[in-house]
Amino acid sequence: MATESVKYVAPESETKLESKVFPRPGQHTTGIIDWLTTIDHKKIGFMYGMAALCFLIIGGIQALLIRSQLWDHNMDVLTNRQYNQMFTMHGTTMVFLVIMPLSAAFFNFVMPLQIGARDVAFPRMNTLSLWCFLAGGIILNLSWFFTGGSPAIGWFGYAPLTDTRFAEVIGDMGPDFWIFSLQILGIASLLASFNFITTIINMRAPGMTMMRLPVFTWMTLIVSFLLILAMPAIAIALAELMFDRQYGTNFFDFLEGGKPHFWQHLFWIFGHPEVYILILPAMGIVSEVIPVFSRKPLFGYGLIVFSGGIIGFMGFAVWSHHMYTTGMGVVATSAFSILTMLIAIPTGVKIFNWIGTMWGGRIIFKTPMLFALGFITMFMIGGFTGIMHSSVPVDAQHQDTYFVVAHFHYVLIGGALFGLYAGFYFWLPKLTGKILSDKIGKLVFTLMFIGFNMTFFPMHYLGMIGQPRRTHSYNEGHGFETWNQIATVGAFILGVGVFIGFVQFIHAFRSKKLKPAGKNPWDARTLEWTLSSPVKEYNFARTPIVKTRDQAWENNYGPSDKHSEKEPLDDHGVHMPDRSWTPLVTGIGLLVLALGLLFSRTVNEAGDLDRNYLPAITGGIIFIIGVIMWAIEGPGGYHLFPKEDEE
Amino acid sequence: MSDAHALEHHEPVTSTGVPNKKILMWAFLGSDCMFFGTLISTHLIYRKISATVNGNYLDIRDIFDIELTSFSTFILLASSLFMALAVSAIHKGNLSSTRWMLLGTIIFGSIFLACQVYEFTHFVHGKENASGDLEHQLTLSSYAGKSDEPGRDAELKPHVFGSTFFVLTGTHGTHVAIGVFWLLGWLVYSFTGRMSKADAMDIECCGLYWHFVDIVWIIIFPVVYLMEYAF
Repeated sequence: MATESVKYVAPESETKLESKVFPRPGQHTTGIIDWLTTIDHKKIGFMYGMAALCFLIIGGIQALLIRSQLWDHNMDVLTNRQYNQMFTMHGTTMVFLVIMPLSAAFFNFVMPLQIGARDVAFPRMNTLSLWCFLAGGIILNLSWFFTGGSPAIGWFGYAPLTDTRFAEVIGDMGPDFWIFSLQILGIASLLASFNFITTIINMRAPGMTMMRLPVFTWMTLIVSFLLILAMPAIAIALAELMFDRQYGTNFFDFLEGGKPHFWQHLFWIFGHPEVYILILPAMGIVSEVIPVFSRKPLFGYGLIVFSGGIIGFMGFAVWSHHMYTTGMGVVATSAFSILTMLIAIPTGVKIFNWIGTMWGGRIIFKTPMLFALGFITMFMIGGFTGIMHSSVPVDAQHQDTYFVVAHFHYVLIGGALFGLYAGFYFWLPKLTGKILSDKIGKLVFTLMFIGFNMTFFPMHYLGMIGQPRRTHSYNEGHGFETWNQIATVGAFILGVGVFIGFVQFIHAFRSKKLKPAGKNPWDARTLEWTLSSPVKEYNFARTPIVKTRDQAWENNYGPSDKHSEKEPLDDHGVHMPDRSWTPLVTGIGLLVLALGLLFSRTVNEAGDLDRNYLPAITGGIIFIIGVIMWAIEGPGGYHLFPKEDEE
Repeated sequence: MSDAHALEHHEPVTSTGVPNKKILMWAFLGSDCMFFGTLISTHLIYRKISATVNGNYLDIRDIFDIELTSFSTFILLASSLFMALAVSAIHKGNLSSTRWMLLGTIIFGSIFLACQVYEFTHFVHGKENASGDLEHQLTLSSYAGKSDEPGRDAELKPHVFGSTFFVLTGTHGTHVAIGVFWLLGWLVYSFTGRMSKADAMDIECCGLYWHFVDIVWIIIFPVVYLMEYAF
């Protein structure tokens, strides 16, 4: 209490802490160095989001090329191999370089604010995750320029197509780029998940019990647990594949004792939890948006949290529903079928709770709510087709047709992407400090909604009349042309919508004419809405003492004993850590190491195998230097003394 | 605000009372369980279904040197004892004892690694039989049984056991090696004059890692080595 009488010291006259060994960039760093060395979760979230939106454009162009190729029978927009490369890169890009990083962007920006923290538990490791994500995106897209071009193996890389023996192009390096890119992306996800788990468990503001956490923060926690348990499976699968391709092991080589079927098991043990990793963040966002725009608290908070946990847990038990047609035997196949049907229950619980939230409320049809409503309806359609797949005999008809393509695009675009867009429109005012144009937002929504449905609804029918997946062209006489053309037109409409949205987001940062957002433009419910927009670098001037769920709402409308209080500032004020070069150095080391291992095996003029590990070793050394610098550079930092209401 | 005061090491308050780094280490070890679980499952799945490949029957008992591996297992377990003593010493602030116990852990860990390197090179090289021919080799991609006739080395035929064995035990060995380097870092740091009781939590995290690597070996040794003599 004594500290409240301390004279306010302006932020510029901060007390500087000298770092022990290397000077870390300090408080007044600006420009490119600020972006390269930042450890601020808000900036990191911004960079994740911007990079992911760029990859969305790239993956979208790949999709439009696919759709152009399928406009009519036997077209030649793409060759067979190019078509295979296109759907491989489209899938890999959208899953790993768009949806996952967009989720990471929101986790980074929003979660610490929602729990009353100043940053995540390990800020430098947070930055390293970002650089590893960018490195993974770079490695994957470098594949275009080397022997064989990009991988043409599907986003799931089934053995034995990935065996070097079956490469269409001699010395095809595409799968190797795919392997190393996914490994680095895996490291990014793992490090970020460790960070989020520690932050949520350990850095909550006083009074912020687990059952007062916003649902979005709960989903962050559950997704992080899913990631740390699922990513190792694919990391090992990829490592085994790498050993097969580069060092002659026989993990998936059926002629030498391996089982290609085993790759499918390992991949889908990762792959199924992965789809829950893709959808739970969007569900968390929707759980934030619906109560705000229904002017009612979330219905059945405990059940929604618990369902999220159950979905995550059971997600590990259903992986072989991707493998019904591989001949696993009646018992195994039936077991997975039953478990897959059961997992619809917690999902349905969530839908009912969102409907219950809206029931009797006063619905505000602003852009975030439109996307959230779009999520619920579109995800339901995707969920219904998913339940259809869960039946084994029905799936035997669906497998490898466009019906499956329709299903997963409904849950991934109609579900995950719409949910994330709801998040954009909901939280961009907090990030930019400006209100985005609701008219343009509604235009974006309309174009995306119409374009998306035009593209993917016909695919249910196309699949049912027999159009196969991953097939470069179709002959005349099947009746595929009309609906494919409608789908292609829809895809371009969707593309226009996404592009306008992209421009709108960028404009929001740079515009001087948009109205300021103020602290709580939506009259929303959670802690981040008690802060100014944009959020100050230290987040909270005083750590809040939380008394209830939906604290911001209770502060505005609740009884005074439920209002939050503030912890007094101690003598040191707010300790802000300095920025750091070490995550960048470490990340570059990992990038060089991965590229070095990728290119370590070359064939010389005589046709013999050359192994050159020098680039890889160089990368390893840079990495180790980064780690040692990291360990010894010390916290550095400076102290700030903001006024109590300066947040 | 004096600099000495500013540099004072504040243990931040955490919601659980457990320091952040320790939670990080536990979360990491949880995911590492899945890494090794996947590798061990790979080995177990292939062990029975690929015992005979192309008529090439593998009896790994001809290749394993169970006495050596038992010895190295004991050494790794003993290294965990040294690690525990190091953690205990740093908690008491006894720097000299910490240094000795860290050194003991490093030495025993290194002996384990040396035994692994010896084991790997001998498996790959094979054994010389009475006539001087090489037989009973295990490489990443193949296996050679008994030599058919004098004057001819046993033929290397493709097999999957070497793949699963070397990648699994190699991954474990890499974990041990990383641990040894980490411990060496602490040993060097202990001579800089900056190490104190305040570092106990960090040494404890290092200990968690080391004990985990030890426990993984306690699973690998029976499942990969001993099981071949029983089932």
